[in-house]
Formats: sequence, C-alpha cells, structure tokens
Amino acid sequence: MGSNSGKQEGTGNRMLRIRVLLFARFAELFGETELNVDVGAPATVRTVLDNLRERAGGAQLPPSPMVARNRVQAQLDTALEDGDEVAVLPPLAGG
Amino acid sequence: MSYLKETPLDVRTVAHQVVSAEQGGVVTFIGAVRNHHAGREVLRLEYSAYGSMADLEIARILEEAATRWPAKVAAEHRVGTLEIGDVAVIVVAAAAHREAAFDACRFVIEEIKRRVPIWKREHYVDGTAGWVDPTAPAGVSF
Repeated sequence: MGSNSGKQEGTGNRMLRIRVLLFARFAELFGETELNVDVGAPATVRTVLDNLRERAGGAQLPPSPMVARNRVQAQLDTALEDGDEVAVLPPLAGG
Repeated sequence: MSYLKETPLDVRTVAHQVVSAEQGGVVTFIGAVRNHHAGREVLRLEYSAYGSMADLEIARILEEAATRWPAKVAAEHRVGTLEIGDVAVIVVAAAAHREAAFDACRFVIEEIKRRVPIWKREHYVDGTAGWVDPTAPAGVSF
C-alpha cells in the first residue's frame, strides 16, 4: 500500500463500508434493523439510499426520507466516510 | 444517564432535577397514551427509538431551551409497551416566573415531537396495528 500509488489517487477504487440502521416501519420493509452497505468513494447519503432501493423491500422507501449520519441529521448530498453510521428514519412520532 | 426510560415515569423524579428555592414558577407537561387516534380505538402502544441519537437530541433541545429562557428544563420519554393512560413523556420547566416556565416547557415538548427519533406503533381494538405517521393523510402507515 504505497501512499502515492495510482490506486490511492483515484478515489473511485476505494470502497466505503457504511453501517446502515433501520427503524420502525423501515426495519419492517427490509426485515432487518442493521445492514452493512459497501459503496465506492466518493459517496453521499444519496448513494446509500440508492443502494437500499435495489434491495428487497427498498422500493417502498420514500424519495427523501429523514436521515442521520453519525447521529446528526444529514442531507441527501452529505458526504460519507468509511465506517460512518447512517440511520434511515421514518416519520417521527415521539411525545 | 438516558432520557429514555423502560420503566414507568414519575413526575416528581423529573421535577426534582430542576425545582429549587429560586424557582417560583413550575410548568409540567405530561403526555399520556390516548384510547383513540384518527378515528380508531387504540388498545396499547409500542414506543421504539434510535436511543443514542434520541439522547443527544433531547440534550440539545434542553440546552437550547436553557439559552433562550431563564429556565431549567428536564424531560424523560418512555419506550416499550404502554397501556392506555400510561405516561409517555414528561417535561418540567422551572423558572423564577411563570412566563419563562410556560414558554420553555412548550418549546421542549414541541421540539421533542419534531426532532427526536422515536416511533410509535399503535395496536387497535380490532386487532390491527399501524405506525403513527404525522406526514400521512390518515395519520397512520401500515
């Protein structure tokens, strides 16, 4: 792993492992509460949502669900790093 | 310490966190499980949460309230299965005078509903169940 190798310069070859958390109705859609999603860098929240949509149950995800990156609300274009935790949040109903 | 509790909430425990000799006005909001929603008869509720983020978000809301009003506010939210009449959430705001206490209490409960990742599954008397969804026309998603 030379620090200046061609592979390191081209970010397209680098994979990011994102820990995806699913809650409530979304956990029911996917039949899982947690998934590991591998995406090529650079990646955003949108990249992960697109990946989820291709999985069983994913077609029912709304176009722009509320999402948190590492426990802070994020946007579709929020950039992700390897090891990030992305939570996909159904409409909140606390209180 | 977590703001989310798996055991029954107690208003005195929450109030104890903020009430003191300087505070002349104490406002308490108690949210309890209702036996009806969107025209359906509700039997019981299940609250679930993204616990680590919910704790951070409630802490942020309480900090925001403390910067906006001269008040001290404490809050707790139940998770798990609740029956009709059970207490789901308690907010206690204490201030020298009532105006700040009312305003801070109102702010905190509204922000909890708007920002904290908590979900509610309703079980109905007719045997069906649905996710409470304030964005859905019927108020519920199945």
